[in-house]
Amino acid sequence: MDKIVVKELDLFYGEQQALNSISIAMKERSVTALIGPSGCGKSTFLRTLNRMQDLTPGVKIIGQVKIDGQDIYAADTDVVLLRKKVGMVFQHPNPFPKSVFENVAYGPRIHGETDKKKLSEIVETSLKDAALWNEVKDRLHESALGLSGGQQQRLCIARLLAVGPEILLMDEPTSALDPISTMKIEELIAELKDKYTIIIVTHNMHQASRVSDRTAFFLSGDLIEEDITSVLFTRPAKKKTEDYISGRFG
Amino acid sequence: MKAHQANRFASILLWIGAIAILALLVAFLTLILGRGLPYLTAEFFSGSDGVRGQLFNSFYILFLSLIFSLPIGLGAGIYMAEYAPQNRFTDLIRLSTESLASVPSIVFGLFGMIVFVNMFGLGFTILGGSATLALLNLPILVRVTEESLRAVPRSYREASLALGATMWQTLRKVILPTALPGLITGITLVAGRALGETAILIFTAGMNVSRILFDVNPLAAGETLAVHLFAVKSNPLPGTNSDQIADGTAALLILMVIVFNICLSLPSRWLQYRLQGKHRG
Repeated sequence: MDKIVVKELDLFYGEQQALNSISIAMKERSVTALIGPSGCGKSTFLRTLNRMQDLTPGVKIIGQVKIDGQDIYAADTDVVLLRKKVGMVFQHPNPFPKSVFENVAYGPRIHGETDKKKLSEIVETSLKDAALWNEVKDRLHESALGLSGGQQQRLCIARLLAVGPEILLMDEPTSALDPISTMKIEELIAELKDKYTIIIVTHNMHQASRVSDRTAFFLSGDLIEEDITSVLFTRPAKKKTEDYISGRFG
Repeated sequence: MKAHQANRFASILLWIGAIAILALLVAFLTLILGRGLPYLTAEFFSGSDGVRGQLFNSFYILFLSLIFSLPIGLGAGIYMAEYAPQNRFTDLIRLSTESLASVPSIVFGLFGMIVFVNMFGLGFTILGGSATLALLNLPILVRVTEESLRAVPRSYREASLALGATMWQTLRKVILPTALPGLITGITLVAGRALGETAILIFTAGMNVSRILFDVNPLAAGETLAVHLFAVKSNPLPGTNSDQIADGTAALLILMVIVFNICLSLPSRWLQYRLQGKHRG
């Protein structure tokens, strides 16, 4: 079933058009990778899916983004509920300067959970789901800023899982991490896709082929091609895609 | 080789600067405290012309002025940092606060006298003094608040908003706690100024101390320690040992500010330590 359906999405930064009529559909419980050279619009597109793009001044968005059949740009959309359902992991790990526990409990707390026991349960489950529990269970009340970069990124994923999202947007989640931490995040993505719909922006084509079911190739604001990952990487339909994945530019 | 020499030269210069500051501070403290501490006896506080009233007034006026200035100053600073769009209007506000911050305090004092003492007809009052002090400190508070909030990384805001938090939740639970050490530094700064301020209070709170001890009536006149020091030195009453009183008052003022700063900065250090964790400096 299609979880996300985007139809003819245009995005403007002031006068400049950054996305040209993007149409794409993403299936439930699958991983879609967005690839393309820097500035091609892949991150911009990702941020339209949870309306984080609204925070940038001067942005204009035309077109339709439907999640579970609901147009998220409709006037009656509750952005808070949308972002609860469509979570985001950022390029640089950004835990709050609070304890590990407080980081994960932050989301449930702002959404109204006050019961201490329930919060502890959510924190534990989320950390386990993010494959971090064993490393931090003895230091839950120490500052999250003392964790390594890879642990911080998994903590950010745990923090996100704690609010119970259905879709995970990942904006180059491993670009600031070392190879071992990257591998752990990739393994985690493989596990998480049983429960979540995942869209990952990556500049690393090997990563895209390792973790994703489908891949979309963006170039200067256009969606050039979208297909099953193995097909896109071995038999691309478009010349531009072939040039990019064979390393002829970008 | 040249770069190396320049580097050494610069280090030495910077060292000299740092040591000079330290030496100045030590000399200053030794002189003031050395001259004043011997007079700080029980008699000095509660004798017939003791300064306990002034000591109380200093903190009472400080307290009232913070009550007036904190909500407005913090509010305006938060607005400027988080909510205000970047346009001519906010540029104008920023320019105004900066200009206000550099107005000499005596001008504020005269303004306070015209408004509170004459126009409202209150006479010299603790209320008028505190309100005028609040005016002096407002621009600095706005400025410090805005700067502290801006220093909070954007990524914290994004993380919080992306979890479905509202702007207000983000502000309350992430931005303000993170900015708190900076805010406390700012409050210490304005509190220190308020404790030491003289020009403003001479014209608004007056140079009299209530006959009632610890008079909390805001409509009474209230001489503070700093004003007392000025009064004693500039217009010594016959028959009193004004030099001794002045020396003692100066020492007391210094001690007061030091203790006050420590009381505010220790919790802030502790908080920062908790926020940043043991693994960072």
